[in-house]
Amino acid sequence: MAAISGGGGGGGTGAASRWHYLDQIRRNPGPFNEDSDVSDEALAAWDKAKVLVIGAGGLGCEILKNLALSGFKDIHVIDMDTIDISNLNRQFLFRKDDVGKFKAEVAAAFVEKRVNGVKITPHNCRIQEFDEDFYMQFQIVVCGLDSIDARRWINATLVNMVDMENQDSLKPLIDGGTEGFKGQTRVIFPTITPCIECQLDLYTPRAAVPLCTLATIPRQPEHCIEWAHIIAWDQEKPFPSLDKDDPEHITWLYQKASARAQEFGIAGVTYSLTQGVVKNIIPAIASTNAIIAASCCNEALKIATNAAPALGFEESYMMYSGDDSIYTSTFRYDKKDDCAVCGNLAKPLAVDPAWTLQELLDSFAVKPDLQLKKPSIRAEGKTLYMQFPPGIEEQTRPNLDKTLKDGLGLEPGFEIAVTDPSFPALTFQFILKFA
Amino acid sequence: MLKIWSMKKEQQKAENADGAGGKKKKVTAAQLRVQKDLSELSLGTTMKTEFPDPDDILNFILEIKPDEGVYHGGRFTFTFNMNQNYPHEPPKVRCQQKIYHPNIDLEGKVCLNILREDWKPVLNLNAVIVGLQFLFLEPNASDPLNQEAADDLRSSRDSFRRNVRTSMAGGSIRGTTYERVVFNNKT
Repeated sequence: MAAISGGGGGGGTGAASRWHYLDQIRRNPGPFNEDSDVSDEALAAWDKAKVLVIGAGGLGCEILKNLALSGFKDIHVIDMDTIDISNLNRQFLFRKDDVGKFKAEVAAAFVEKRVNGVKITPHNCRIQEFDEDFYMQFQIVVCGLDSIDARRWINATLVNMVDMENQDSLKPLIDGGTEGFKGQTRVIFPTITPCIECQLDLYTPRAAVPLCTLATIPRQPEHCIEWAHIIAWDQEKPFPSLDKDDPEHITWLYQKASARAQEFGIAGVTYSLTQGVVKNIIPAIASTNAIIAASCCNEALKIATNAAPALGFEESYMMYSGDDSIYTSTFRYDKKDDCAVCGNLAKPLAVDPAWTLQELLDSFAVKPDLQLKKPSIRAEGKTLYMQFPPGIEEQTRPNLDKTLKDGLGLEPGFEIAVTDPSFPALTFQFILKFA
Repeated sequence: MLKIWSMKKEQQKAENADGAGGKKKKVTAAQLRVQKDLSELSLGTTMKTEFPDPDDILNFILEIKPDEGVYHGGRFTFTFNMNQNYPHEPPKVRCQQKIYHPNIDLEGKVCLNILREDWKPVLNLNAVIVGLQFLFLEPNASDPLNQEAADDLRSSRDSFRRNVRTSMAGGSIRGTTYERVVFNNKT
């Protein structure tokens, strides 16, 4: 048996001892990985795996540390945010001196320094600034995000990237999320298993207060803050646009809300509540982040090594609840046939580029699997022809005589969406192919 | 790595659909849904839509000319703006004219439950349009956004009616001047 503290590394950085337990998993076939390749070649190939971490905040810090300690050697991390003093209680890779610096940069440097041999490349920007070519270089994507929009964006991007000609185009997506004492880990194999858009209805929309309550009969401090945010700001426009991270702007809202609260005899409006309501802040708990990040990285390790069955194909969703003792439940989520991202994926449609739009529409009437008599048709960002309402019909009517390629600028690979008022439940999506 | 690719291949075989080559340009989910909503719109004779840019169907203007009720004879326009999260978020609707109405404030904000707290993704643009029409037929004094107009309506329907007519003709009420919205039917 190898000595646990062997290799002479006091503290262990860089010492072989650091990987002792990991090697037990990686090198020995077990009941779940009888078929897996535990040869040195396979392990060397694994060293080359590139993982992308999205978010370097509460979850991201944990994920980066865990991935590095799980033996991943080439990690990229994206985060557009800078470090705020309020992050320091749980985002443990950051120190007071780091306030104001980019999260991705500081987190990458910290983990690189502590774990020998790992390379972490930071990107201080929004995920939307990269294109498919960038995302194509990774084998696994792990998300520790606090935004639904960003999740939907990366999900749609990864689903769109799947290309039957290229098996590397399928990137497993591991999504962690926490909210107070609750959290979730889910694994998505884009286009094969239910995607984030399929599960969108799991997010409860933020409870909105009727506008008239805000305007006339506020009852809670939150109502006064929302009033300042939605109504007073619009009326007075103290600054050109509201920056929720600008203390001056929040102070303005806070003062407005306080005055209103006083007027109605409501107690409890504070600066931090103002900030919380306006930014929709939910308290983050370090231990929830740690548990969810650990579970995400476990999935990454399982996918990369085959050491054990990963979440995804059977059960894809693990929920954790820590506010009433500790409870987890892992279940199967079904793919949605009408999912806007991965359901009803567009079918190829062969057309003659020299056809006029009218000829294309006429072809829909006789196509046996369509038989549409009054089709409306759009491409991304382009209204080709709408039968209804009358105003837009008139505006788009001239398009009917234009040819698909030269007249309307359509190219192979463009998606078109076809609707018909006779079939309100149906939307047909096609990818154009030039015959 | 897991043998996910062979599973993908099998799934593909089952569906027997081959993806087309070339650079994909996908219609966004919000656009798809608005396209669908628009083709199901029932505007009747009192409403009309206008698209400043027909390629951008997420932004349009709805014109309402109420043919009965207190606002009869007026012409009101509302901007509709849907973001990429539609229908998970309600459309943003604003009245472009300064109007004397208990449920619409002087900035054009509309207090309609389905535009805020009661919005659900199963609702569509038609539901919103019906809601707006209803506000013109039945101004509601119990959920006021314009408190003065609401008090007015509550205390005397006649006085409220007179003030609405004054405002629609471009007059002033308690120091606020309104936009002239009456139109001549013959032109």
